[in-house]
Amino acid sequence: MAKIIVVTSGKGGVGKTTSSAAIGTGLALAGHKTVIVDFDIGLRNLDLIMGCERRVVYDFVNVINGEANLKQTLIKDKRVDNLFILPASQTRDKDALTKEGVERVLNELAQDFDFILCDSPAGIESGAMMALYFADEAVVVTNPEVSSVRDSDRIIGMLSSKSRRAEQGLEGIKEHLLLTRYNPERVQKGEMLSVEDVKEILAIELIGVIPESQAVLNASNSGQPVIMDKDSDAGQAYLDTVQRLLGEKVPLRFLTVEKKGFIKRIFGG
Amino acid sequence: MSEHSLELKGSLFPLSVLHCTDASAATLGPLLSAKLAQAPGFFYQAPIVLNLQDCVDVPDFAALKHLFSELKLVLVGVTGASASVKTAAQQAGLAVLQAGKAATTKSAASEAHSTSSSAQSAQKTAATHSLAAQPVMMDSKVVEQTVRSGQQIYAKGADLIVKGAVGAGAEVIADGNIHIYGSLRGKAIAGASGDTSKRIYCYNMQAELVSVAGNYWLSESLQGEFWGKPACIKLQDETLVISELV
Repeated sequence: MAKIIVVTSGKGGVGKTTSSAAIGTGLALAGHKTVIVDFDIGLRNLDLIMGCERRVVYDFVNVINGEANLKQTLIKDKRVDNLFILPASQTRDKDALTKEGVERVLNELAQDFDFILCDSPAGIESGAMMALYFADEAVVVTNPEVSSVRDSDRIIGMLSSKSRRAEQGLEGIKEHLLLTRYNPERVQKGEMLSVEDVKEILAIELIGVIPESQAVLNASNSGQPVIMDKDSDAGQAYLDTVQRLLGEKVPLRFLTVEKKGFIKRIFGG
Repeated sequence: MSEHSLELKGSLFPLSVLHCTDASAATLGPLLSAKLAQAPGFFYQAPIVLNLQDCVDVPDFAALKHLFSELKLVLVGVTGASASVKTAAQQAGLAVLQAGKAATTKSAASEAHSTSSSAQSAQKTAATHSLAAQPVMMDSKVVEQTVRSGQQIYAKGADLIVKGAVGAGAEVIADGNIHIYGSLRGKAIAGASGDTSKRIYCYNMQAELVSVAGNYWLSESLQGEFWGKPACIKLQDETLVISELV
């Protein structure tokens, strides 16, 4: 039985697509057959982050409208086995998604895949609702600043009231908090909310903290999920996150300011 | 006093008035039992006055009395009736009541038509007292989780208990008291229908707004001694007062 995980946040630009790409790749690396579905119809980005923008022929909306089948549309990742991408349409808008259409596609994917990762668009409108409606679990991506935290709070409310699980009275969506762009130095200076602050406000289980890192931008620009950059702190933090998502206990890292060594202090680091 | 074995005094009692457009037992029956099902026990053996202002036909009072007793209600009289309906009602053994000032709202039509001002003011207190004296308790509305930004919870005619926090941008409203066992970062409005005796209790006060019976404070009035601490908000002499939870 496939597990449907939505990656959502409410606010834009917090790292939903980056996280979807990284977590999806991580799950595939761990041997699980995974598909990442781009729900951001009209603002297609996932293909860029995954580095497969030139291989998009058909898209999600084509499949919903019956203009193409899944086999034609799914893009197989060239680097990682077991990893597929279902790209969004760039020329349509979010109203092209229907609940029945999305359900049909997800059901079809569920027969083949272990994990279906839904990369949600920003906002709380139909596109985002569609992405979270069928989810079993949710990764709520949040930046350590007040507006992102408030929007996440709003989307967590939506998860517990507007999803299929809520409507059918099933056990609620399992919510995970993923804190991204975390900068311990700025937290120490009081310029940024700390992990504890955010946890206290949102009151859901923390699944990972991704440090603010140059590696993320580099990865996006080169179309390589940051989790594949195993030397980078962000890549390692995503690897930890995926392990926690799979139920393993892994201690949090990158939460404190790194002490600069003597040499670094003299020569600059 | 012992000389008086009998005394006749005017008093005011709260009565529930039932407004309906069709007073035939057949129409009223299902509607009324559906209404009662919303608050089982609340109207148990309650005295009811039937307002027939909007009714055209003369109802079958015998059938109505039977219907009311079946639904565990006591039909005591009619109000707003035309002359012919009045006669029929009196023949059926029902009291004919003149519509009091408050009869158009929920309750309080008086059987004895006293117009003295002291009785008028007594009317209000009698209404609250007898409600409190009724053994029927309204269930509190209990919210098990945190109330998230953008969500609105209203406890109609009841207390509201929130086991989690109330997030910034969330609203909790109750006609009764509000108890929040987490942090209050959003808005809390107690006594929403005007009851000035209601209070707000929370474990960690960081509210955007608190209000009791329409008197409100914004966040800046709360920034003080009790900010981020357990606190209780109540109304005293028409101003809000904040105090610690002991």
